[in-house]
Amino acid sequence: MKKLISLFLALTLCFSLVACGGSKEEAKTETPAAEAAPAAEGATTEPAAVTVKAGLITLHDENSGYDKNFIDAFVAACEYTGVEYIIKSNIPESSECYDAACELADDGCNVIFSDSYGHQPYMLQAAQEFPEVQFTSFTGDTANLDGVENFHNAFATIYEGRFLAGVAAGMKLNEMIEAGEFTADEAKMGYVGAMPYAEVKSGYTSFYLGAKSVCPTVTMDVVFTGSWYDETLEKEGAEALIKGGAKLISQHADSMGAPNACEAAGVPNVSYNGSTQTACPNTFIVSSRINWTPYYIYAITSLQVGSNYLTDWCGSLSTESVLLTEVNENVAAAGTAAAIEEMTAKLIAGEVKVFDTATFTVGGEPVANCFAIDTDGDWVADTSEAVYDGAFNESVFRSAPYFALDIDGITILE
Amino acid sequence: MIQISKRGELTRSKALLIRLLAIALGILACALITVITTRQNPLLVLQALVKGSFGSSRRSWIFFQNTAILLCIALAVTPAFKMRCWNLGAEGQVLAGAMATAACMVLMGRAGLSTAVIIPCMVVSSIIAGALWAAIPAFFKARFNTNETLFTLMMNYVATQIVAYFCVKWENPKGSCKIGVINQKTNLGWLPELGNKYILVLAVVALLTLFMYFYLNYTKHGYELTVVGESDNTARYVGIKVNRVIIRTMALSGAICGIAGLLLVGGINHTVATTIAGGQGFTAVMVSWLANFNPLSMILSSGLLVFLETGANELATSCGLNASFGDILTGVLIFFIIGSEFFVNYHVSFRSKKKEDK
Repeated sequence: MKKLISLFLALTLCFSLVACGGSKEEAKTETPAAEAAPAAEGATTEPAAVTVKAGLITLHDENSGYDKNFIDAFVAACEYTGVEYIIKSNIPESSECYDAACELADDGCNVIFSDSYGHQPYMLQAAQEFPEVQFTSFTGDTANLDGVENFHNAFATIYEGRFLAGVAAGMKLNEMIEAGEFTADEAKMGYVGAMPYAEVKSGYTSFYLGAKSVCPTVTMDVVFTGSWYDETLEKEGAEALIKGGAKLISQHADSMGAPNACEAAGVPNVSYNGSTQTACPNTFIVSSRINWTPYYIYAITSLQVGSNYLTDWCGSLSTESVLLTEVNENVAAAGTAAAIEEMTAKLIAGEVKVFDTATFTVGGEPVANCFAIDTDGDWVADTSEAVYDGAFNESVFRSAPYFALDIDGITILE
Repeated sequence: MIQISKRGELTRSKALLIRLLAIALGILACALITVITTRQNPLLVLQALVKGSFGSSRRSWIFFQNTAILLCIALAVTPAFKMRCWNLGAEGQVLAGAMATAACMVLMGRAGLSTAVIIPCMVVSSIIAGALWAAIPAFFKARFNTNETLFTLMMNYVATQIVAYFCVKWENPKGSCKIGVINQKTNLGWLPELGNKYILVLAVVALLTLFMYFYLNYTKHGYELTVVGESDNTARYVGIKVNRVIIRTMALSGAICGIAGLLLVGGINHTVATTIAGGQGFTAVMVSWLANFNPLSMILSSGLLVFLETGANELATSCGLNASFGDILTGVLIFFIIGSEFFVNYHVSFRSKKKEDK
């Protein structure tokens, strides 16, 4: 079993090294990354030129699915690469994050990761103070523009995962329609989102388009909680959606609030960040999640051999950075697993595009052009056109999602 | 039989001894809990406690900075408490000051004014905002004898909601519902650094401590509020305008909270969020109380609480446990510290039954 795991990790590593390196970013030239320590550990398989010590800063602890996903992958990667590590959990998005990052650097960490978007400015601040230490702000979006050599961002094409999860949701709706539980016109989904910004919007839109690809009449209601982790609000949000006629719920928030509400109400749920099957055996269908292990290994091994790593890295289905959990056959429609597998192959091959402009409209009109990134909100594009080749191209200009259109069929509830 | 009787005046050294003993026992209890649950070496526990606050020069600076902020808020609530006016609104008053500071930084930063103009505005507006936030409940107490405990508590919620509103209104980047670091590129309105970025906060709070010490002990105002605290009627009899003293003292309380908000936003965080006061408005009550409302003793009591909390969190991290464990340890320590006050005020003696029979 152990051999299998290490083989898998080694494979993902190989994939991750070649992925995303193509057109969109240029690899940095070698920097004096960390002080060249004597290769003390000759036992490892890698020629360890630099002794790496890794640090991770998380917003909550392992009780939150979102953070657990980062922590588990981090521990796995550190154990795989044989490096020492420190984890600081429950670090709020304030100057405490800066303090925590500096303390990690003081304690000898030469690569430091943070898992929450709001950590980004504080990580940048620490990166400027410790030029010899590498910093990665996961899910962040400014590294390309900041021009700070040792400050990085990383994300993955999670919209592909959500699209696949949406396919599972659509098939479940079809099954319920066929069973006569409701008519095709009543097929409505509910989505509990955290914050109304691009990462969430891109997520629920791709989920919706996935469902729509198999169930064309589907509509969706969305509520926002205004917080990344608020069990009560997420539960109430899901309950309100169910009351409003949603036949299936998904969420982009970090607590068990929505899945638990679904289990209590007997409404099928497509989850996020990991399987919630143990807690919700009668309603859990499938969950998409980002697998961060390939990235951690990529960053750590880059440093070990003395080279820097990409400023903005984006994992995908093919790097196994985007994964779906096992389908819960008790709840999912028959043939879901096979359909997901088939769609995965099509997405990887590029036969199907998630944001295919032929599949959605905005205000009744198909989208012909849309700029990708507008960091300062002044409605002037920072980068070029995002709509080309018949689709809105997500996560191309930077790893963090930027699809933020309100498409038809999705209603945002106050 | 156990007999409990009220103590008379206790010598200072004896009271101090009881308190120190309580802290030692509290640390011992924490060590025991940690050793039992994690099977770690007890010496490691002590080491982690110290390392949390003094493990490196950065940690020491952060320790002093956190102590200074807690002390600042404790100084703020003290005059009101000495007047027996239970101001539980420090949290909201800090937020009001913080919000005013952030508003100056955002709006005047956008208008392109220079730091030399922005900072005086930040100082003035944060003090006014904090003072106003405390003066409103004080006015109602003075005029209509409303309950200041409830009123100030409710003002906390109002302040939180106002901050939440502006976090959305001025969100950066769009959709994040957070203000983010204000003027990160230009540093407009950031309080200047004296030597390093921690010293300014320490210096301001040190001055405030001295000011409060003299204000309470050597000024007419300080005397008046003490008399009002002892007895309304006495105060009236000697011709003190009680209502005026209440409003004035509360406004002073709020103004100092406003300064704490100014330091938090302008000097430390450079952003504002609903959690920026982080419950310190309530911890400050304990700091003030433990120090018997003496500003100089508060330096020690605030330092002690910060030390214990940082240490408990460090202990949790070094044992690979999450922050809940740190919270449990802090809770145990605070239980011992507050419990010690019982033994300072009461005498507990044991009598055998035989003696009683005689």
